[in-house]
Amino acid sequence: MAMDLIQKRLLREVAGLHEMPEGAYNIRSDGQLAGRNTTANIDIVTKTDKPGIDIYIKDGTKNESMHIPVIIEKSGLQDLVYNDFFIGDDCDVTIVAGCGINNCGTQESRHDGIHSFFVGKNSRVKYIEKHYGEGDGRGTNVMNPTTIVELGEGSYMEMETTQIKGIDSTIRNTEAKCADGAQLVITEKIMTHGSQYAETNFTVDLDGVDSSANVISRSVAREESRQMFNSNIRGNNKCAGHSECDAIIMDSAYVGARPEIVANSVDASLIHEAAIGKIAGDQLIKLMTLGLTEQEAEEQIVNGFLK
Amino acid sequence: MLELKHISFDADGEDGSKEILRDVNLTIDERMVVITGPNGSGKSTLAKIIAGIVKPTEGQILLDSEDITDLSITERARKGVSFAFQQPVRFKGITVFDLITIASGKRLSVSEACNYLSEVGLCARDYVNREVNASLSGGELKRIEIATMLARGTKLSIFDEPVAGIDLWSFQNLIRVFEKMHEDIQGSILIISHQERILENADKIVVLADGEIRAIGSKEEIMPELMASSSVCSRLVNKV
Repeated sequence: MAMDLIQKRLLREVAGLHEMPEGAYNIRSDGQLAGRNTTANIDIVTKTDKPGIDIYIKDGTKNESMHIPVIIEKSGLQDLVYNDFFIGDDCDVTIVAGCGINNCGTQESRHDGIHSFFVGKNSRVKYIEKHYGEGDGRGTNVMNPTTIVELGEGSYMEMETTQIKGIDSTIRNTEAKCADGAQLVITEKIMTHGSQYAETNFTVDLDGVDSSANVISRSVAREESRQMFNSNIRGNNKCAGHSECDAIIMDSAYVGARPEIVANSVDASLIHEAAIGKIAGDQLIKLMTLGLTEQEAEEQIVNGFLK
Repeated sequence: MLELKHISFDADGEDGSKEILRDVNLTIDERMVVITGPNGSGKSTLAKIIAGIVKPTEGQILLDSEDITDLSITERARKGVSFAFQQPVRFKGITVFDLITIASGKRLSVSEACNYLSEVGLCARDYVNREVNASLSGGELKRIEIATMLARGTKLSIFDEPVAGIDLWSFQNLIRVFEKMHEDIQGSILIISHQERILENADKIVVLADGEIRAIGSKEEIMPELMASSSVCSRLVNKV
């Protein structure tokens, strides 16, 4: 596929890709298939009943990666896609998803990706998801990703989601279920500015014996933007759950955090932590005594926090 | 050379304005100057006034004859004033390497940053990539703070209570670091401290009580009077 400069830039932002990736990939551009590659172990099949793809990863697939970026340039495009991942037993794979929107028009561009992961026994999955928006028009960029995770016995999934500026409105829903010995680690990084709105909802059911979940969210809300963090970790067995929401609030922003933990078993061990505050004055002063201006100090603190 | 001329500072409190410093006149040109005095005497405030963190109500501050009274913290830092906090600040996400690099004002290699950490007795490899957050102990943070001062390498280095919390690292090492700083830069080190062992290494001692300078002199002149009493504080209280 020949890509224009905007497509290349969006791909670089959301998937870190400079050229067509190695391994399996499926690139969706303005709601259409723009490139696909399968490997001996990873198969991609277009869904017939609704938009989207089914991805089949064979048992024992190790050290393979898969990229499924989505890019949108057409102002006003409303894109809804279902991607289902069927990951076998004993796998070790990295999946990079992401959506980049370049909206130079005046209409709302929207991408709602619904990703479901069915992870087999004793597999390791690293899932990286990045959202990026740009555009010089007055059109808004909207993304509402839904992630559904079912972790099989002894499996491990690490999910990293990042949204730094550019997305005007996002409601992110993540639902996970962990079987015996399954471990889930979610790291979320969000920065909003202008009049953006970002809401995240995490629901994790720790159903299995010795299952665990760690949900870590770090966010920065600038200017007039608004953020809402909701998490609910339910311990339904002997398990360990931890959620941590840490936000820096700046200017006239609004940040809410509702971390909820529910124990349905006497052996569930659950912790939540939530903190919201402005940049500490002594942090700014410290960096200023090292020669940074107040603005440079602020940038350094924010960048470090979201690194 | 740093000159403080008629420095006064009034703090606004709930029950009106309170005088913290009154007509402080001081010249700092020696290798090591120590300001001592009882708690609440205004020592830390004076250090913050020099660094630009607190603005004096009255008076003038000159650095190498240039009036820096109205300069910001950043401008003073760039002109060669460094300040080590009594309680070092923690940062989520900023690593020890980041902090030392910012302090040095240039791109540093990891091995250069490690040299500064080794100077303060920290095994560099274990620390350079760690975040300057709550996972570090007070003593570790204090030493990292000193390492940033070494990386700064400015003509005036102010240390607010550097000894407190220095844990197992020996006091002699701290003195050696101060001496090396002076050898490398030929600048002045200004220390706020109660510690007798720090006072013994001073070239000039300034005794502050109730916001006023009570005595200035060499350690030979000042120490006997301070030590005549069982503690610096009780002696100073008796004098008031």
